Amino acid sequence: MTRTGKSVLLLGATSDIGRATALTYAQAGWDVQLAGRNLEAVQREADDIGTQSGATVSVHRLDILDSEQFEDFLAGLPALPDTVVCAVGELGEQPRAEKDVEHARIVMRTNFEGPALLLGLLAERFAARGSGAIVGISSVAGDRGRASNYVYGAAKAGFTAFLSGLRNRLARAGVRVVTIKPGFVRTRMTAGMKLPGPLTAEPKEVAAAIFAAAEAKTRRDVIYVRGIWWPLMTVIRSIPEPLFKKLRL
Amino acid sequence: MILEGWGRYPRLVSEVHDCATPAAVTEATRHLSGVIARGNGRSYGDAALGDAATLMCRGLGRMKSFDPETRLLTVEGGAMLSDILDAFVPRGYFPPVVPGTKFVTVGGMIASDVHGKNHHRDGGFGAHVANFKLVLPDGGVLTCSRDENSELFFATIGGMGLTGVIIEASFHLNRIETGWISQETVVARDLGEALAALQAVNDTSYSVAWIDCLSRGASLGRSLIFAGEHATREQLTARLPAADAFPPQKKAKLALPLDFPAWALNRASVSLFNEAYFRAGARKSAAPSLVHWNPYFFPLDGIGQWNRLYGKSGFLQHQCVVPDNNALSVLGEILQRFADSGKGSFLAVLKKLGSGTGLLSFPAPGYTLALDLPVTDDVFPLLEEIDRTVVDAGGRLYLAKDARQSRQTFEAGYPQLPEFRDLRRSIGAGHRFGSRLATRLGI
Repeated sequence: MTRTGKSVLLLGATSDIGRATALTYAQAGWDVQLAGRNLEAVQREADDIGTQSGATVSVHRLDILDSEQFEDFLAGLPALPDTVVCAVGELGEQPRAEKDVEHARIVMRTNFEGPALLLGLLAERFAARGSGAIVGISSVAGDRGRASNYVYGAAKAGFTAFLSGLRNRLARAGVRVVTIKPGFVRTRMTAGMKLPGPLTAEPKEVAAAIFAAAEAKTRRDVIYVRGIWWPLMTVIRSIPEPLFKKLRL
Repeated sequence: MILEGWGRYPRLVSEVHDCATPAAVTEATRHLSGVIARGNGRSYGDAALGDAATLMCRGLGRMKSFDPETRLLTVEGGAMLSDILDAFVPRGYFPPVVPGTKFVTVGGMIASDVHGKNHHRDGGFGAHVANFKLVLPDGGVLTCSRDENSELFFATIGGMGLTGVIIEASFHLNRIETGWISQETVVARDLGEALAALQAVNDTSYSVAWIDCLSRGASLGRSLIFAGEHATREQLTARLPAADAFPPQKKAKLALPLDFPAWALNRASVSLFNEAYFRAGARKSAAPSLVHWNPYFFPLDGIGQWNRLYGKSGFLQHQCVVPDNNALSVLGEILQRFADSGKGSFLAVLKKLGSGTGLLSFPAPGYTLALDLPVTDDVFPLLEEIDRTVVDAGGRLYLAKDARQSRQTFEAGYPQLPEFRDLRRSIGAGHRFGSRLATRLGI
């Protein structure tokens, strides 16, 4: 395997999408920086990725809700990465989030506030360098608020808007910003749910889509991993609100 | 949850627990009884169906370390062979033993002491395991090797998960110059020629025979024998100069989307297939050819969910081993019974084996014959009869394939069973670890 000398930073490295993405980059010859809250769990993934690929892998503790530590976190990386992929996410429980403010707050902060603030800091450094790619894993749930998951959806909508603004700002600074909307993915987050086969991607598929979008320089900025999601969400977005509010979604 | 093995018979209800970390395994083990660890569910019968509960260990699948100097690979028990091949074939390494499917976990490979096409020369997977970590009935973790806790080491290899849960294992990989196999095909017109041909390639690394088990009379046991060696760089450049030295695994191109109706396999359709297969094989027999490692070792993995071929009621695989001395007459009798019954297996596999490693390891010096039969009411008495022939010849059946043998057949075939039972009792595994297979056979 030829090493490229490039590096990727994975935020939320112990998620199924995070580790699949890290492995995809490692097997393409990149150095990998893994960040997550539970250092022991991150180390387990680092050993796995290093053993499978022979890549250099470093581990970094990161609590996405603790923004005061972000500067120290960035200073502790072995190098400013060429690409950052944010796979941080917390689905939460919608009914609980309706009554329990603390729970709703954690869902909102984990899916929007933390990732946006940290990617904002990285964007500054990438812009100063004049290169880099920022990949945010958002969600189709952010395309329109629905009764079944609007707390999570609202946070993801905020994240999508943040990435869109960042992309607009950095388009002429040599920094690429990619928004990934995976749709359903077979992961721990969705374990036990009944998922419709054609709409459901494997973590490896999401990882391949991320790598292709961020590194192969395809023209697309917002990626639905399974193409069928784009027309589906276009239809859902276009339903007039008076009708939409009466639907059970 | 309803669980089944690869043969889809039997289907039984078991509580399931997701054990994606070593800590989850110790926790579950401490609090449950009648549990068995399940990897990728590729044992055919009831070996990976928990008596009360089943520990789902696929998530325990991380690799831990690899040292290029010593070639020692350490992985978690649920690590998949297919992932190991993906990671290491492109770097010029190959596992010391691989079974006929790559969709198995390392823990499962140890628990079944799986054998490959090189068993006659290199032994089973257990012979190459350096050490492993075992979760005991009390939830404690013990490292076992030939020098350390060796009694448990040899009981766990081939021990069908009944001594504990293998959460981590280390074994050495071999170096390969290419990912290609130099294959020679020999045509055998009957069983005698097949056994002689397998004996003749005894010094070759890999060998296996595919038998047409519907042929009768003078051509009873007609076979194609495939012998192979890892191809050298020189052979590859001479014969396939443009080829990738380490070609990647191919994805399954075909998958059976639904169950075949039971009538689809009958004497006529299977005879047609076998005839075509033999003609194709015989055409290739003239000169050695280079074959991609993936179809060479894992031909059936190319068809996703091929177990649906036998219809909704599932199928049984009968795999026995009989000693060398009267293999010709014993295997001849078994093949005759199958051929007379017309119970259609596409092809049976015949292979020469060496010794096993563990107390309950299946392999024994002699020849092993494996064939598939759809589950029907009349197949059970047929197999009972065949088992009697196997036992009389001093042979036995493979537990990883078994869903139906009797206790008498099992006890006659495994002389070290009392030792295994004693060890299970002494470590308190009797009530803690249990599978449907163990209960059925009184292990």
